[in-house]
Amino acid sequence: MQGSASFTTSPRRRLAMPWPGLVGLAILLLWLLVVAFGPALLSQDGADMGNADVFAPMGAQHWLGTDYLGRDMLARVIQGARYTVGIALLATLLASSIGTLLALLAAASAPWVDALLSRSIDTMTSIPSKMLALIMVAAFGSTLPMLIPTAALIYVPGAFRIARSLAVNINAMDYVTVARTRGEGRLYIMLHEILPNIINPMLADLGLRFVYVVLLLASLSFLGLGVQPPDADWGSLVRENIGALANGSAAIVAPALAIASLTIAVNLLIDNLPGRAARGDH
Amino acid sequence: MGAQVQVSGLRIVAGARDAEQTIVQDLSFAIAPGEVLALIGESGSGKTTTALAMMGYARSGCRIAGGSVRIGETEVLALDAAGQRALRGRRVAYIAQSAAASFNPSRTIMDQVVEPALIHGTSTRPEAEAKAAALFRELALPDPDTIGARYPHQVSGGQLQRLMAAMALITDPELVILDEPTTALDVTTQIEVLRAFRRVVRERRTTAVYVSHDLAVVAQMADHILVLRDGQMRELGATAQILAAPSHDYTQCLLAAARPKVREAGVPGTAAAETPLLEVRQLSAGYGPRDKQGQPKVLILEDINLKLYRGQAIGVIGESGSGKTTLARAIAGLIAPAHGEMLFDGQPLPPTLERRSKEELRRVQIVFQMADTALNPSQTIERILARPLQFYRGLSGEALQRRIRELLDLVKLPAAVAGRLPGGLSGGQKQRVNLARALAAEPELILCDEVTSALDTVVGAAVLDLIAELRRELGLSYLFISHDLHTVRSVCDEIVVMQHGRKLAQVARADYERGPHHPYYELLARSVPELRQGWLDEQAAAA
Repeated sequence: MQGSASFTTSPRRRLAMPWPGLVGLAILLLWLLVVAFGPALLSQDGADMGNADVFAPMGAQHWLGTDYLGRDMLARVIQGARYTVGIALLATLLASSIGTLLALLAAASAPWVDALLSRSIDTMTSIPSKMLALIMVAAFGSTLPMLIPTAALIYVPGAFRIARSLAVNINAMDYVTVARTRGEGRLYIMLHEILPNIINPMLADLGLRFVYVVLLLASLSFLGLGVQPPDADWGSLVRENIGALANGSAAIVAPALAIASLTIAVNLLIDNLPGRAARGDH
Repeated sequence: MGAQVQVSGLRIVAGARDAEQTIVQDLSFAIAPGEVLALIGESGSGKTTTALAMMGYARSGCRIAGGSVRIGETEVLALDAAGQRALRGRRVAYIAQSAAASFNPSRTIMDQVVEPALIHGTSTRPEAEAKAAALFRELALPDPDTIGARYPHQVSGGQLQRLMAAMALITDPELVILDEPTTALDVTTQIEVLRAFRRVVRERRTTAVYVSHDLAVVAQMADHILVLRDGQMRELGATAQILAAPSHDYTQCLLAAARPKVREAGVPGTAAAETPLLEVRQLSAGYGPRDKQGQPKVLILEDINLKLYRGQAIGVIGESGSGKTTLARAIAGLIAPAHGEMLFDGQPLPPTLERRSKEELRRVQIVFQMADTALNPSQTIERILARPLQFYRGLSGEALQRRIRELLDLVKLPAAVAGRLPGGLSGGQKQRVNLARALAAEPELILCDEVTSALDTVVGAAVLDLIAELRRELGLSYLFISHDLHTVRSVCDEIVVMQHGRKLAQVARADYERGPHHPYYELLARSVPELRQGWLDEQAAAA
């Protein structure tokens, strides 16, 4: 029929991604592989101080040199990837899903529920994120199970605001009204009528939020409030080896580059996500 | 005085260079100086694209691939960017469909009307303002000397459309392009605007291109008509010839769809003893917070009484802002009435959705105007149709599949569309799915809110045929809301006329042609353009 014309053109467009997006995707996949398999492939243990020099330069023995205690830097970065990527991923997923669900609830409910949710979340937005993190860490200590909800809590308002503005638009659509006149419950309208139509921009937002969380965690760890020694994420690696800043050792450049490459890769991927512009007009 | 316009071999393509689609193919025509040529066709036929190409302009994503457009002695397509800028707004002017979207809301009207003259340096500001005031007078605008000091939101839609015409004419262009200039207006406003447009075009002997999908409007305005379909010329001829003796099949189709036609639907059971299916008593409704007497701040509907018997179709007609859509929403339970009651099959109908039972909800279904927004773009047609079946009747498995196929068959769609998303369907197909979803609930009453307004004439006529046929076969009742008297007359047994939230009159089918009716109904009936030349002049003479 007539509609098939538009179908034949879309798969082509969906597959095509500009090269910066592919570069981002490749780097991200590389880091995910490192998180999954890296520690198993390591010949050296990141905790082993061995008898190497402190801040040894790059070499055959230690590809990225050694850190301030003489530990292998490559092993440290690879083990740190688990913390950085893992915590950030969990915190982002948590933040985005809570934000989206609250937003759906706000959009599909009576105006007073919306007002209550929106205003209380606005209140949270007004607290500076690092201050909030400091207070949380001061109150509950810096353990992994605490870091994840802290980071999530800080990024719920952002996700909520974006999801709500999208959901409110969808909620005004006739198909939602039709569902309502059919007698559908609030949950059905939230999950079946609204959610599928805001999920794409929310996934893009998830990627951006991931970058922010990585940066937040890195800066928390840099301040000594994040992952505690002897474990280390990339932020704490930068802090530990800050002494090598003057002589430009690989020990400080490597984790900094790791943070930069991950965040830039995710940004590149998000910006070039296929089908975003094409879907925008629906 | 207008210029001679000559278009030959015009070809416009869209898309990337390796995957081009031709939107306009080898179009050639000529317009004599001072004549009006109408481009007519359904949406997607390339009529606006062609009109824009006459200014050497292609919308983003499109490209003029070949051909020539000559205005007077100038070859438009050969001009460089500076040459095109000098041409546009000076020698060729464009009047867009939505004046409201074309005016800058934060500047006065006069600032914007004289702008083309100032940009092109054809006159000084005081001269331009004097000329604008003269044009306002010519276009029959109220307060021609002071209206320019107002802002766009301070004038009505019809006035704004005429002001845009003044903006276009201020530089005395040789060619004026009018792109559906009255489509967004109410019928009573449309007739004034058409009259004003025609007078200025005639008196100035401007060459004009009039783009429209409405044959009846075009019949009043044009000397020649060019029928476009899929970017190709189907027929080009004098208006009288096209209307009286169309040679191409598609033109005949267009004419047939544009002619009013009565779609009989059997004999509705209007026995006086029978309880009405829907009875609305003294209904008032509105928006905003309520005062102490329970009256909402903005009252949209006042004291509406209505009886609809089983099998009957009642049309509700009125201009925008008359409260007709609010009436449908109140019956559907989307807004709570401030006063009055509704009885369905003799039983009181609770005012809000929350208080209605599933069964009460099932028996009244609403079909919206814009099929684009009425179907969830992320659900397949199958899922859209399956939901009411599961929800109301608990169908599943083979029974569900069979019923979906039956429904698609009922609205004359191939079973293959079930797997598609709404984005893969045409406008008419979407509207059929929209109807099928309402039918899935097996309702007794369907509220149709402007169901054909967003569709092309031919497609809309087919949907109306379907609505009438469904009524015959399934014994459905309709409350049919529309701004188009032709549409309502063709499918309804009775017409309710609304204005400013009140019911003015109720006219039965037998009395459609017999008067006297309420003056407002007479005005509406008179304002619908008729498909013959000279109608507008008769109206002007009568007025």
